[in-house]
Amino acid sequence: MTRPENIQIDTSPPVSDEIRKTTCYMCACRCGINVHLKGGEVVYIEGNRDHPVNQGVLCGKGSSGIMQHLAPSRLRAPMKRVGERGSGEFEEISWEEALDIAVSWLKPIRESDPKKLAFFTGRDQSQSFTGWWAQNFGTPNYAAHGGFCSVNMAAGGIYTMGGAFWEFGQPDWDRTKLFVLFGVAEDHDSNPIKIGIGKVKANGGRIVGVNPIRSGYNAVADDWYGITPGTDGLFILALVHELMRAGKIDVEYLARYTNAGFLVNEDPESEARGLFLRDEDGTPQVIDRATGKLAPYDKKGVMPDLAASHTVNGVTHRTVMQLMAERYLSDEYSPDAVAERCGISAERIRALAAEMARVAFEEEIVIEQPWTDWKGQKHERMIGRPVSMHAMRGISAHSNGFQTARALHVLQIMLGSVEVPGGFRFKPPYPKPVEGHPKPHAGARPGKPLDGPHLGYPLGPEHLLINEDGSPKRIDKAFTWENPFSAHGLMHMVISNAYAGDPYKIDTLFMFMANMAWNSSMNAAKTAEMLAAKDENGEYVIPHIIYADSYSSEMVAYADLILPDTTYLERHDCISLLDRPICEAEAAADSIRWPVVEPDRDVRGFQTVLIQLGVKLGLPGMVDEEGNAIYEDYADYIVNHERRPGVGPLAGWRGKDGESHGRGEPNPDQLQRYIDNGGFWIGHIPEEAQFYKPWNKAYQDWAVEIGLVDAPAPYVFSLYSEPLRKMQAAAEGIGDIQPPEHLRARLKRTMDPLPLWYAPFEDENVDVSEYPVHALTQRPMHMYHSWGTQNAWLRQITGKNYLYLPKKIWEENGFEEGDYARVTSAHGSITVPVALHAGLNDSTVWTWNAIGKRKGAWALDEGAPEATQGFLLNHIIHELQPPKGDGLRWANSDPVTGQAAWFDLRVKIEKAVPKPAESQPSLPPIKSPVGKGPKVWARKK
Amino acid sequence: MTALPKTTRKKLGLVIDLDTCVGCHGCVTACKGWNTQNYGAPLSDIDPYGADPSGTFLNRVFSYEVTPEGGGAAQTVHFPRSCLHCEDAPCVTVCPTGASYKRSEDGIVLVNEDRCIGCGLCAWACPYGARELDQLAGVMKKCTLCVDRIYNENLPEEDRLPACVRTCPAGARHFGDLGDPDSDVSKLVASRETVDLMPEQGTRPVNTYLAPRPRDRMGRDAAELKPVATEAKGFLGWLDKALEKL
Repeated sequence: MTRPENIQIDTSPPVSDEIRKTTCYMCACRCGINVHLKGGEVVYIEGNRDHPVNQGVLCGKGSSGIMQHLAPSRLRAPMKRVGERGSGEFEEISWEEALDIAVSWLKPIRESDPKKLAFFTGRDQSQSFTGWWAQNFGTPNYAAHGGFCSVNMAAGGIYTMGGAFWEFGQPDWDRTKLFVLFGVAEDHDSNPIKIGIGKVKANGGRIVGVNPIRSGYNAVADDWYGITPGTDGLFILALVHELMRAGKIDVEYLARYTNAGFLVNEDPESEARGLFLRDEDGTPQVIDRATGKLAPYDKKGVMPDLAASHTVNGVTHRTVMQLMAERYLSDEYSPDAVAERCGISAERIRALAAEMARVAFEEEIVIEQPWTDWKGQKHERMIGRPVSMHAMRGISAHSNGFQTARALHVLQIMLGSVEVPGGFRFKPPYPKPVEGHPKPHAGARPGKPLDGPHLGYPLGPEHLLINEDGSPKRIDKAFTWENPFSAHGLMHMVISNAYAGDPYKIDTLFMFMANMAWNSSMNAAKTAEMLAAKDENGEYVIPHIIYADSYSSEMVAYADLILPDTTYLERHDCISLLDRPICEAEAAADSIRWPVVEPDRDVRGFQTVLIQLGVKLGLPGMVDEEGNAIYEDYADYIVNHERRPGVGPLAGWRGKDGESHGRGEPNPDQLQRYIDNGGFWIGHIPEEAQFYKPWNKAYQDWAVEIGLVDAPAPYVFSLYSEPLRKMQAAAEGIGDIQPPEHLRARLKRTMDPLPLWYAPFEDENVDVSEYPVHALTQRPMHMYHSWGTQNAWLRQITGKNYLYLPKKIWEENGFEEGDYARVTSAHGSITVPVALHAGLNDSTVWTWNAIGKRKGAWALDEGAPEATQGFLLNHIIHELQPPKGDGLRWANSDPVTGQAAWFDLRVKIEKAVPKPAESQPSLPPIKSPVGKGPKVWARKK
Repeated sequence: MTALPKTTRKKLGLVIDLDTCVGCHGCVTACKGWNTQNYGAPLSDIDPYGADPSGTFLNRVFSYEVTPEGGGAAQTVHFPRSCLHCEDAPCVTVCPTGASYKRSEDGIVLVNEDRCIGCGLCAWACPYGARELDQLAGVMKKCTLCVDRIYNENLPEEDRLPACVRTCPAGARHFGDLGDPDSDVSKLVASRETVDLMPEQGTRPVNTYLAPRPRDRMGRDAAELKPVATEAKGFLGWLDKALEKL
């Protein structure tokens, strides 16, 4: 036997020369990271323990950040196209030339017709800045990627309760005892959900997953409800039915904090039908339980009678609660009626309702913390109902997603579990009532800024962005009768509409960080063709395309001018309270990125480039009266820009001395203070203000103090949504602003002021017996949009994707390991490798999103499995619904918000015989502007 | 052939909770990152951007589908796999050069890369597939339990943990002395069901996997809801009484 001698190893080697703390950008989660440097180079990245988002932990993506930072796909210098669009033929140019080219296109547009610029910024984390830039340019055509992501979730939440999930709020992870998770994109709120799941389990709580696919979070859920796609709304309203029927609703909560007691006009002859009875000041009226008389809902001491009726001048008014009872107690929403469509037994639906009721009302939490409501009434304690919920794209990306999101929030509210201990909690700057949000603007004039912010929340037809002839003002047709509440725009329609000249032609398409020639578009191959299409004169239909990105994505090949961005470790950013901050339920917080290393390429941070372009264009806010630059770069803007006096992009360490938080004049040392604090600022909410925030006087006062709002804005939740009713009323012929005839019926049905379920549009548009199968995508936890593939570590974890089939479809078609399937939708076919997944809804197939890559992109070898076997479902999802014979282009989107209805897709599955050599379609390679990655990699510093 | 110590003063190891692991691969890449820069040769990647990328990892997550014996919906288990630091480690006894060894002070199984000839016998002997031969360095790589972190005086005390444990977002990974019955990890193991990995091999793994808790038992805790009303009118009567009580 060999005996290992006493081996001495160094168990205390030096770890690194220096740690620099910044913010991750490996997905949208925005965790704090410690970047270890040796000899000035990045050697290791770990989570920042002090950071509010991730508390030290870091996921598979974040821990691979070094390989993104060093990826061979990084763009190296500005480029201009020298071959045909789509060829990938480029020439590297100087920044001066690049900016001059951009200005030569943008300046004439601004001076003549600013809407000819369509500026869409993808997975932008600086929308308060990019939106400000676009507003000063004067184009109405600006948005980021929310329209093809989860706007239904955001808008459904804001119209219902003045906030939604993720950045707007979170479960009370420390106290919740029942956590119900509906279809989630696992790259959103990634680490907080994982931390939360760990906490719920450690505390002995129960996790329920409602999702067609049992993977990821659903794999660890204690109970899995393998729901049929598109039926979540039906399932949720069946839970509401059960809870109402059993009287398991929080009546006091509903009376105090919602519009359940508001009186709705029921006069079929009145123009005010469906609207609330209001007093002369416009305040909604309730019947006070104590007096039996009308009273303003917000008067101190008034307790609304939820069962009241009231007749004024012969017109009957009934409470919202009565309308809800009529709708939701009907058999239409009984578990028995919905079970088959949902793919879940009535017994299991009833069991979940019973469990929700048990936990909410029998495991009540009491915190002995007095608080005062906005009417001045004191409450001795805080009562919690420890049922919490979360949802994202799974329920959102359907044509019934908005009403489904509304239904989910109504369920939470009926249980009295919003903004209470153990339930769902808002994160600053939320809660914020829908009325407190901006309205959309599209007033464009030559040479002038836009008349207000682009995006917002309409309250009625008067806020739509339509011309007098009814035509859309925006290229994406946001805020029109086709999708009145499209609060995030419709990025997925921009290229298609610009190509079709519907509603008008544009001159320059300027995009950032969105792979529109590939996985970020529906109908990917056709979208690429539209980008490269020429008119009868041989000119490009979209005359100019500018694209800014850090990496050699598929989209790069389709642009005329490339503005190369930095990696996330080389740049300034601010995760701002003006935008999508990193707050927690207990605290306001914001953060920065800063260049922890300098770029070794001729690249610039995109936001700095926008400032440089703004200066060359002489945009208001970016140049002074003499035309000199106001901000040197983005860092200078972050510190010195003021949106309102004393309120800027960053809330921490304001004021000349850096001692003010929230409000205060700019502090020249602000960024250094952030760096010294680990890259973030956090300001805690006082104890008495921690819950009941929409109605809590102490919270409202705190929000004013730190500058979230300028005056207290208490409000009640909208079980019944008056803005929706106003749109519906217009469709019934009420008012001066009228929808076109072809949309009336749809608007009447879908703009219902109370949540309802209707089948996804695809079910009506295609023959469901021919296309019986639902097809979905989801994102692997270790990937973010198309980025993971360029990361040598992550692509070894998932380098190709399969179409996962349930046992039923697998067996019926006689599939075997290694087989391919032909997958056909009403729009087209793909042929792709398959694998069996038993933990799957019987009528659902799915695959990982954005693994498939075009040959030549991302500095990968053309034989890479991503390019040979990997595939996109996007090819068989059209951005339009099938033609209806009326010559109109009907977007494949939610009719309320315009959210891309990715998950409406229906397909049929056949075994592909013989097997193809590669997944189909296989598009021709594009030339890589950055060459290929190295053959061997081993880097130790 | 290399000898194992008769006993070790500690039995350091991991406790991995299969009930909680969501399969995010955080532990996989945090491990790859730390161990590329630290103990021994960097973990290389061959053809990293090509058709058949193949790199060295000390920890990988596998996913398995399990259909319960009594029927019911199939379940997915995420199973992170790395060296189990076995008490009777066959990878050590098979090593012809003494490169593979088990430390008597803490039980960590390590490879002395200076002595490793890359013969691969240890990987062949390991029933768990926990060792990988680095194709570039030509030496055997395996989990070191971050021996260069757990005692590292250059790290704050709270960070003296394996990289995989420090990063695990769901809190599914725990580290400690499984030889000490009073340690947190031993108490955790005592409180839960565990999964024995190939006990017939006689390797006596130190790392311990906690079994997934039973799934899909909704309906066992709550009594069925009883209706107070079946239509709107009856509901309003109930509502009136409920309001009266406030």
